[in-house]
Amino acid sequence: MPLTRPRSRRHSGAVPDPMQSRTNDFVIKIANVNGTGSASANGLLMKAIFRMGIPVVGKNFFPSNIQGLPTWFEIRVSREGYLARSGRVDIMVAMNAQTYTQDLADVSPGGYLLYDSTWPRDKQLVRDDITVVGIPLAQLVNTHFDNVRARILMKNVCYVGALAALLHIDMAVIKQLIKETFGDKEKLIAGNLKAIELGYNYAKEHCECPLPIRVEPMHATQDHIMVDGNTMAGLGCVYAGATVGAWYPITPSTSLMDAFKDFCERYRVDKTTGKHRYCIVQAEDELSAIGMVLGAAWNGARAFTPTSGPGISLMNEFIGFAYYAEIPAVLFDVQRVGPSTGMPTRTQQGDLLFCAYASHGDTRHVLLFPADPAECFQMAVTAFDLAERLQTPVFVMSDLDIGMNDWMVPKLKWDPGYVPDRGKVYSREQLESMQVFRRYIDSDGDGICYRTYPGVSAKGAYFTRGSGHNRYGGYTEDAAEYQDVLDRLRRKYDTAKLLVPEPVIRRKKGVKIAIVSLGSCDGAVHEALDVLAREGTEVNYLRVRAFPFNRQVEEFLDNHEHIFVVEQNRDAQLKSLLLLETSVEKHKLISILHYGGMPIDARCIVSGINNALAKGAAA
Amino acid sequence: MSFMQKPKVSHSKLLRNDLGLTQRDYEGSMSTLCAGCGHDSITAAVIQAFWELSIEPYKVAKMSGIGCSSKTPAYFLSPAHGINAVHGRMPSIATGANAADRNLYYVGISGDGDSLSIGLGQFIHVLRRNLNMLYIIENNGVYGLTKGQFSASADVGSKAKKGEVNQQPPIDPVIAALTLGGSFVARSFSGDKEQLVPLIKAGLMHNGFAMLDVLSPCVTFNDHEDSTKSYAHTRQFYHPAVHADFVLSKKPIRAAYDDGEAMPVELHDGSTVVLRKVSKDYNPTNRAQAYSYLHEHQKRGEIVTGLLYIDEEQREMHDISNTVSAALRDLPYAELCPGNSALEEIQKLYC
Repeated sequence: MPLTRPRSRRHSGAVPDPMQSRTNDFVIKIANVNGTGSASANGLLMKAIFRMGIPVVGKNFFPSNIQGLPTWFEIRVSREGYLARSGRVDIMVAMNAQTYTQDLADVSPGGYLLYDSTWPRDKQLVRDDITVVGIPLAQLVNTHFDNVRARILMKNVCYVGALAALLHIDMAVIKQLIKETFGDKEKLIAGNLKAIELGYNYAKEHCECPLPIRVEPMHATQDHIMVDGNTMAGLGCVYAGATVGAWYPITPSTSLMDAFKDFCERYRVDKTTGKHRYCIVQAEDELSAIGMVLGAAWNGARAFTPTSGPGISLMNEFIGFAYYAEIPAVLFDVQRVGPSTGMPTRTQQGDLLFCAYASHGDTRHVLLFPADPAECFQMAVTAFDLAERLQTPVFVMSDLDIGMNDWMVPKLKWDPGYVPDRGKVYSREQLESMQVFRRYIDSDGDGICYRTYPGVSAKGAYFTRGSGHNRYGGYTEDAAEYQDVLDRLRRKYDTAKLLVPEPVIRRKKGVKIAIVSLGSCDGAVHEALDVLAREGTEVNYLRVRAFPFNRQVEEFLDNHEHIFVVEQNRDAQLKSLLLLETSVEKHKLISILHYGGMPIDARCIVSGINNALAKGAAA
Repeated sequence: MSFMQKPKVSHSKLLRNDLGLTQRDYEGSMSTLCAGCGHDSITAAVIQAFWELSIEPYKVAKMSGIGCSSKTPAYFLSPAHGINAVHGRMPSIATGANAADRNLYYVGISGDGDSLSIGLGQFIHVLRRNLNMLYIIENNGVYGLTKGQFSASADVGSKAKKGEVNQQPPIDPVIAALTLGGSFVARSFSGDKEQLVPLIKAGLMHNGFAMLDVLSPCVTFNDHEDSTKSYAHTRQFYHPAVHADFVLSKKPIRAAYDDGEAMPVELHDGSTVVLRKVSKDYNPTNRAQAYSYLHEHQKRGEIVTGLLYIDEEQREMHDISNTVSAALRDLPYAELCPGNSALEEIQKLYC
């Protein structure tokens, strides 16, 4: 069937009132210099809006640098609860002279630009389709603060105060947040409150407050938290019962181990002895980090390593070892832009193919695709269960956007009945009652064999090797013996299909056009589906949550005629995996790709689909 | 072939240790190394040391990388779990395994290629970590499995079987261990079992990383004239500086160190290693002195052996990271999961 726009009824919803549409639906972008402490000010601004019950999301675009380079923070206020970037800039806070020209150009028509009017602006740089608001931030701050560092920091807090007045943000909420942040540090509280007030009062006196773009309290966030994915993944490792973590610092994964350590210090220290019920090793490199994970898992501990693409590259030899010797391992790949060093502080989904078949020889791995921080928590736990059940490495494929940005997600609940699935492990008693133990016998017919921990029983001993081995664990160079083990590993992979998380499907009966996507594209896809529906185009959606693909993915592909595969890489890696691992016909799949390093937005998906539909209709 | 099992023959007259086990109970499968290989002598010494210490074989984890040396864990202690890692990466496997269960005995067997070339990074970092394990380098100066290339421990001027002369300076694991803060640094020779067995025992009982470099001639590729790692050369330039007597005893050892002859060093578990010094001016508890002594003798082409440096006070990895004494892998899940109320508490931070 040719690809044409379905002649469905137009969306009957009323056209939104233009004024109404700007309340609780806009984007603030703050352009700053990194190392000036703007992150905490921006966090304060976002949190205040969140506390007012309004859905909000923040994206930090920062350089791979410690001090002095441009950095941006984008806050999207969305009464609909959309989590992706919108692509608009309604208010630009231009704090960086270096990027001023570009920042001015980026403001959407009808928008606002707020700048520090202590110094005159370049007369050449004007736009008559936006409103410029000058606040003498440096001047205000310098009259009240003497310390050089404080002057730099407080300038940021001061623009939060000005925005509070301009956007009608509840000052009581801001004050409360400042108190919570600084606890008993009275001096810091007083300083921050002062800076807020300076900005607020100046804006109130000199500007028309509030702007047409503004916030109004809602009740849409009370059962939610604002948190980043690395923190949640680290917490997930604690709840999964992981005891050994090995790592080598790499952006954007570092904060995952930081979080694990913080939570362990809080919940895993023996109250009487002060001893730790965990062991974190900072390795000399990623080759070593994964080796430590395998050593610990071989010895019966739940162990993990957080890393990013370059780290996975280094780990490849050991990943193949773990696959072949059948050792559990949990790897978090917080993906960043490749190839090579790429752009360490930008996001991408570029490691899919690479992780799916990592290492030389015939290997295939289990991948999980969290879409937000809440799923990072849940999938961390799932990853350990799967790794131990399947005795194989499991990759949690997060990315910089999920890992390092704060997302609004529903509050987590913990099931007190959860019991870790430690997989097939013979106990001392079982071993003692056995005639003989053989490591690689498939006695249950699911491709998964029984293993033993060292130091438990002499009867459980076996030799773990990455060299050719037979079903008894013995060294072999015999073709039949080697193939016997390799074929069983393939069967084990089929078992994995039954165990991995199922996809999430949003569908309507009779619709034949669909999107298949994964991970952090999710927010943009949902928003695009709503936009398309309003335009009269109904599209179904399946979000893949794991590789290997399970039956539901296969069925969904079967039941649709045109499938847009939305992903954030150049080479259509998800599409490649679908073509390789399902029976989908190639002509049904159409790629929508976004890979510049900024998180994908709905507009890219909507225009991708509309263009294809227009082309199809023309054909 | 390494999967060939030795027949278990039990003679009633075989000597038994405190566990009632004979040395046969500490053996592994048949060696597949060349006849006369130094590594097989080291395997025999390992077997003897574990037997004499009456260590339950299954309480040991054997680890290795890749190479001739790394095959040997299959040849001893068959009731123990073994793991043959990838080339040069055994130290990381050992670190993880030890992190999971600090209460087993860890013995790693490596070679000069495995530890000093491809695995140099992991070797020096596991040493810095002072991981509680015995780490034996079976050092023959040559790559055997790939047929005779020089390794990083080959001496300048040493000749390969095909006549090539090595021009690059060697990496000496003993010097490396001394300068990088090793807490137990020893060297021996596969042909001197009398010295080797007590060193293995002391290394096993040492609370930290015991680095034991054992010269172990490769009979096929590096035992010819003009090789500095041959049996003949090693014997000729052999210089035992310290002889270690290992005493498995909790009783205090009275030995007069003042006279410069014997020096007892108490190990963590209460056993003692008595160091009998061959040279009067040698002090194995003084890192700087040990270093200069080695240097001086090396200049003369001598191979200094013995327990060359020991510091029993240095903290091992778990002491530094303050881990509980029980094996982490055995902790019940209830002690690991903070539970639902904690989760609610944690989430307040993000509201």
